[in-house]
Amino acid sequence: METSALALFKKPWVLITLLVLLFLPFTMNNIHFHHVLIMFMLFATLSQAWNVIGGFAGQVSFGHATFFGIGAYAALVLLKRYDLSPWVGMLIGGGCAVIVAVLIGYPVFRLKGHYFAISTFAVAEIAERLFANWDFVEGAIGLPAPVLPEGWINFMWYKTKMPYFYIAFALFVVVLLIAYKMNRSRLGFYFRAIKQSHEAAEGLGIDTTKYKMVAMAISAFLTAICGSFYAQYILFIDPPSVLSLDISIKIVLITVLGGAGTVIGPILGAAILIPLSEYSRILLGGTGKGLDLIVFGALILFISVYQPQGLVGFLRKTGKS
Amino acid sequence: MDMEILLQILISGLLMGLIFALIAVGLTLIWGVMDILNFAHGEFLMLAMFFSFWMFSLWAIDPLWSLPITVALLFAIGVGTYYLVIKKVLNAPGLTALLATFGLSILIKNLAQFFWTPDFRQVQGAILGEKTLSFFNLNVSLPELVAACGSALITYLVYYLIFRTKTGRAIRAAALDRDTALLMGINIDRVYALTFGLGGACVGVAGALLMNFYYVFPSVGGLFGILAFVTVALGGFGNITGAFYAGILIGIVETAGGVFISPVFKYTIVFVMYLVIISIRPKGLFGW
Repeated sequence: METSALALFKKPWVLITLLVLLFLPFTMNNIHFHHVLIMFMLFATLSQAWNVIGGFAGQVSFGHATFFGIGAYAALVLLKRYDLSPWVGMLIGGGCAVIVAVLIGYPVFRLKGHYFAISTFAVAEIAERLFANWDFVEGAIGLPAPVLPEGWINFMWYKTKMPYFYIAFALFVVVLLIAYKMNRSRLGFYFRAIKQSHEAAEGLGIDTTKYKMVAMAISAFLTAICGSFYAQYILFIDPPSVLSLDISIKIVLITVLGGAGTVIGPILGAAILIPLSEYSRILLGGTGKGLDLIVFGALILFISVYQPQGLVGFLRKTGKS
Repeated sequence: MDMEILLQILISGLLMGLIFALIAVGLTLIWGVMDILNFAHGEFLMLAMFFSFWMFSLWAIDPLWSLPITVALLFAIGVGTYYLVIKKVLNAPGLTALLATFGLSILIKNLAQFFWTPDFRQVQGAILGEKTLSFFNLNVSLPELVAACGSALITYLVYYLIFRTKTGRAIRAAALDRDTALLMGINIDRVYALTFGLGGACVGVAGALLMNFYYVFPSVGGLFGILAFVTVALGGFGNITGAFYAGILIGIVETAGGVFISPVFKYTIVFVMYLVIISIRPKGLFGW
């Protein structure tokens, strides 16, 4: 059942969707529109990364902001302090996230279900507090990117968002391929076995701790890469914007809304939630009264109550009937 | 180290801890019976505090006298939440209930912000006021003492209800095995609604008592909610006794951390303690 990742492109609707996505920014030369597209691909990728450990392996993490923040800080701090290209910072950030994931994983993977979830939550709270009080990374004040000439080496552009769009698109496609391949590989079956029944998976000879660690490492690495991208895109980070519980929760919400444990789920979830939250923020956020979040909260509530199986469940149902 | 300071820390921590415990008991009850993480629990607390505040500032009813009204309102909100939201997601995959309660929490928090602005508000001139009791060089704030004693009393009442009454037996049966309980003629729907109402009533009491000395703002529920989750996990999910002791422990560790290390890190220390204990006892202090 091992299939090549590229088999995904043989499905015409996948290819068409990707081409349409690539073509979309040219339909409207509007900076808000480009921003929404970039955020959509970023959060779809983040959710895809979370899905590896949270959806496929069934270990719900509320602490992915930790990895996102590590990636974001690695890119900007190394650029600012050591003039290191953010591309290198991105890889170092990914490496650091894997190390942190493994360090956290050893004690935390003994825990099951809710105990695991609350522990990841505690880890994220600790990380946010530490970064907020760490002078080397400017603590709670936040870290602005140094002003450097724009271009591919410095990973920054001021006048246009199009290069960011291409990078986000590349990330989106690569991670989609990884998820697709993983879903159909031996590893994917191990993950799902662990999710279904821990004991049964052990009984079949799967080293559950090892494979949960593998899932966590893959997930952490990809999340950190997204974090570095975000830092270079916004060019300013502080603990609330990259390490807060809100980020962790947003990633979980998108995946669950779309359908956890499926490859298409994170994309569907992001396609609904990101334009919704970004546009309601652009249109209603100016009032400063949180109207955008009222709409956002009400919609999440509405969808979960009337579509409890997630959007994937809805599509499958309509597909069958 | 001075004995007095140590004693003072123990007492202040204990008082705060008893309130944390009551909030956590409400959460662990819902968790234990329905296996649902109620992410809106902290927002329920915020609502209770605001109700208490408004009754004081609009109609001059002291938070202490309006307590029964606040509790009744929160009980109703709990029951309403069950019928309108939770009931519809009970049979969905586990994460859907989380999505629903999270949506609810965002909604409540921002509605509060929309109608009541993000200002910090406090009740001034309540009966308990800012009085302090002093004995043997130890200072105990009266509203905190009352809040702690009230919380302990309610925690005991909840315990009594669950373990010593017929209704409690029905709730425990539903928690153990929903289908069998249903076969035994227990009205699961009513039991679940009651449990959610009770969870709401617990934060109703806690919120009304907190209002005597704490300030309220739309996101006040965030911190209390997070602490409640950690308390519940530390005590062992669904375990009322566990939540009670874990709450006290967290109160004391938080106060001691604030004094000995730094107020900035007091909650960080609580989280570190949680991780250390949970890695030794993976199912919480009182888990089995």
